[in-house]
Amino acid sequence: MKLAQMITLVSLATAAHAAPQSFDFKDPKGVNNVVFKLDAPLESVNGSASDISGTILFDPEKPAATSGQIIVASKSMTVANPMQKEHLHSANWLDVARFPAITFETKSLTNIRTDGNVTTADAKGIFSLHGVSKEITVPVRMTYLKDKLSARVPNLKGDLLVIRASFTINRDDYNIQKGQYEDKVSSIIELNLSIAGASVVSN
Amino acid sequence: MRRILRILALLIAISSLSLWLGTGANRGWTKTSVPVKTLDDVTGIEGITYRKQFVPGVDFLATAFSGAILLACGSLFFRNSKTKQTINK
Repeated sequence: MKLAQMITLVSLATAAHAAPQSFDFKDPKGVNNVVFKLDAPLESVNGSASDISGTILFDPEKPAATSGQIIVASKSMTVANPMQKEHLHSANWLDVARFPAITFETKSLTNIRTDGNVTTADAKGIFSLHGVSKEITVPVRMTYLKDKLSARVPNLKGDLLVIRASFTINRDDYNIQKGQYEDKVSSIIELNLSIAGASVVSN
Repeated sequence: MRRILRILALLIAISSLSLWLGTGANRGWTKTSVPVKTLDDVTGIEGITYRKQFVPGVDFLATAFSGAILLACGSLFFRNSKTKQTINK
């Protein structure tokens, strides 16, 4: 084999290895979730959303290059009280019929720290809710689990990426009953995201 | 009739209070489902699913007590049957 051909092959192999992996966050086991909490003086509203999808490009060697989008189906937001759930989905609040998705699209990662397979960073991106998009910074914790996909989904080989994030948003910023009912429905919404994505390796 | 309504009111108040206390004295709104957490061993994520379960809240208690009070008040519109018999004699 000629030297030029060998160099080309080695370069291609290195490039393939260095390319970021695509992690799909549509979880077949359905454990991915976002927990939301609104703690107002008169009432506390707690619930979760489980219909999560999206793709993240992650390179364990270059976590700074992480990019992608996470989508939460508004309709999957659930609270234990049926009337509260109806109000939450209604046109007066989230208006899930008009705004079916809540999204976060990463733009850049800063303050990156990697310890073993765990990377923490501040993810700057565009958060879209109720038809309003705003740039926010979310502290994230990413755990890269190499070759662990088969332990979770039999017959599939690949890696897992677990992302956890806790942050708050203000519903006033997203025109959700701005300045209204603050004694019963807190303006500050606490969000806790726990999601796992899979990168399948084809044989 | 007076006595029946009062006994009914008392029964409603006691049974609703017992049910409320027996299901954990939920001080929030009535729930028709409860979150159930399941741990995913590989990722360590706690998945949340909802199981159908009736958990009465303070709104349930308030409605039941209002009903009981209405019945008790309604009983005042009926004459005591014993008193009626005595008068007839």
